[in-house]
Amino acid sequence: MSQISDVKAPSTPRPAAAKTPVLEVENLSTYFFTRQGIVKAVDDVSFSVFAGEKLAIVGESGCGKSMTALSVLRLVPNPPGRIVAGRVLLDGKDILKVSEAEMRGMRGNQISMIFQEPMTSLNPVWSIGNQLSEAFMLHQNLSQNEALEKSIEMLRLVKIPEPERRMSEYPHQLSGGMRQRAMTAMALACKPKVLLADEPTTALDVTIQAQILDIILKLQEELGTAVVLITHDFGVVAETAHRVIVMYGGKMVEEATAEELFARPLHPYTHGLLGAMPHLDSMDGRWPEARRLQEIPGMVPALVNLPKGCTFAPRCSFATDECRAAFPPRVEKGPGHYAACWHSDRLYGGG
Amino acid sequence: MSATVKNDAVADETGLGANGGLGEFKSDLALAGAHVKNRWQMAWFLTKRFPLGMGGFAVVIAFCLVAAFAPWVASQDPLSTNPGISLAKPSWDHLMGTDFMGRDLFSRVVHGSKTSLAVGFGSTFLSVLFGVLIGLASGYIGGWFDLVVQRFIDMLQSLPTLILAMAMAAAMGPSLTNTMIAIAVPRLPRMARIMRANTLYLRELPFVDAAKAMGMGEFRIALRHILPNSLAPLIVMASTGLGGAILVEASLSFLGLGVPEPYPSWGRMLSESAAEYVRTAPWLVLFPGIAISLAVFATNLLGDTVRDLLDPRERTSN
Repeated sequence: MSQISDVKAPSTPRPAAAKTPVLEVENLSTYFFTRQGIVKAVDDVSFSVFAGEKLAIVGESGCGKSMTALSVLRLVPNPPGRIVAGRVLLDGKDILKVSEAEMRGMRGNQISMIFQEPMTSLNPVWSIGNQLSEAFMLHQNLSQNEALEKSIEMLRLVKIPEPERRMSEYPHQLSGGMRQRAMTAMALACKPKVLLADEPTTALDVTIQAQILDIILKLQEELGTAVVLITHDFGVVAETAHRVIVMYGGKMVEEATAEELFARPLHPYTHGLLGAMPHLDSMDGRWPEARRLQEIPGMVPALVNLPKGCTFAPRCSFATDECRAAFPPRVEKGPGHYAACWHSDRLYGGG
Repeated sequence: MSATVKNDAVADETGLGANGGLGEFKSDLALAGAHVKNRWQMAWFLTKRFPLGMGGFAVVIAFCLVAAFAPWVASQDPLSTNPGISLAKPSWDHLMGTDFMGRDLFSRVVHGSKTSLAVGFGSTFLSVLFGVLIGLASGYIGGWFDLVVQRFIDMLQSLPTLILAMAMAAAMGPSLTNTMIAIAVPRLPRMARIMRANTLYLRELPFVDAAKAMGMGEFRIALRHILPNSLAPLIVMASTGLGGAILVEASLSFLGLGVPEPYPSWGRMLSESAAEYVRTAPWLVLFPGIAISLAVFATNLLGDTVRDLLDPRERTSN
């Protein structure tokens, strides 16, 4: 009996071993200074990730998810973008303060990133092996032969068949799924502490999406890497994440464990997003009133010169004068469940 | 699909695949219906597909061979004078006749190919090398640096090629190296412009971001990711510019500003004899003129074909 309980550890709670977060983001703000005005792409975002944990950042296009990831890597295009405030602590060390050379040594080594576009994220003129072995040569001072050997090993880990042959192939000879596997191999080559995955499956075939996600998460568990998964797909969130952050207009509007968020969303925007998901039930007529998918009225606001109040107020059917006057503070409504809404208690019965 | 894969694998053996921007070339060949198994079949396919270009290529190779083995091709000394046979007509002893000093013209034309090719390739190499460095740095660094460098390039470009080359050649004095430099400098701006435009485009591509996220330094990204991706247009520019460079060398030498004595130069052969002997000894003008035309025509044909093969806008497939 005890054997069984040992093998089947519960997967949703935080890994018990991790006590201090490996990555802590505190009050991070990244603004773009454009001719039209200041664009607050990331505005006062705070979160932390523990080793082996999977954190999802969810939101519509243009809500600042990707910019948050790029800010953590200090790769915000400058000018016009700049990180104007906040701290990013990697193992307790503020990486916004280290030198560029030191930062370069950490990118791809301690923090790495998987990009959305596997089609264009590999250089078309170099072979897969050439690009993959570079990760080892950059950070681990390996000779070319050792690096090539390790690269083959990495390709095997991401389940690319015939890795020796693939090493000499060029990106255009690989399918999208294969390229994303190669990108995953590159990102995890140096066993980073934190992996930022920016919509890693969005550009892929639905049948491939699950495989890629599976590979990323299996390797992440093996290596104990903390994952920040950026996505707009609640299906992916439900399957993978321990905790979820919902972003809107560059700000965090809600944060909770995945289970809690799906069971009791406390922000009207989260409600809207969940309501906009298609359900199988709605197809067969058992849910006659929900046959039509709900939508969130209006558009994502342009982030230039936002008004003072809640960014979601113009699209929110519950918005009051209070909402339009000031952005609501982030309040812990239940254990580990934060929301930034003036009316969540009234609307959804508090914690 | 399987045919494509097979051709890809095969093309790799020929070494084309390893060559940067040419990487896609092999799949283009496959799309064009080529069934290439080895170099010879590829050469045969290219000959059928681009007869003019391959003809030009053959002529360029022939010129290179003639230049390399000049003493064996023409056994007579191009510099030894013999007043006794001044202005001799073409004969078996002197295939192209002799000039007013009795020097064998065939030998001089053969040895002149060394000068023309050396200056043509040398100046093209110089203009590509420095054009690439300037364009890459200008496009990648951007900002004030880019602004200043581009205005400098504007200045160079506002002067006609030949005028600038003449001014430089006159200022630096005649020598083989100086002629190369004088021809390379006016050609710099176009190379630098193309390289800069390519850099501006390439540095925004996701694989550059991915390289940064992997911890690669800026210098390394520029040399490893941007430069190899610009190879195709650079090869096109270099090969189409080769004929022009040979022509400018001939023009400079004709004007007395090019390669000095005793190097035999086609352009100077023309100028020495054009005015005085064109009626009495037309072979003195005819043969160097044919050599210049043939070399320029062949390199232009080759350049056009290389452009057809490598320039994505000229591609008919995909």
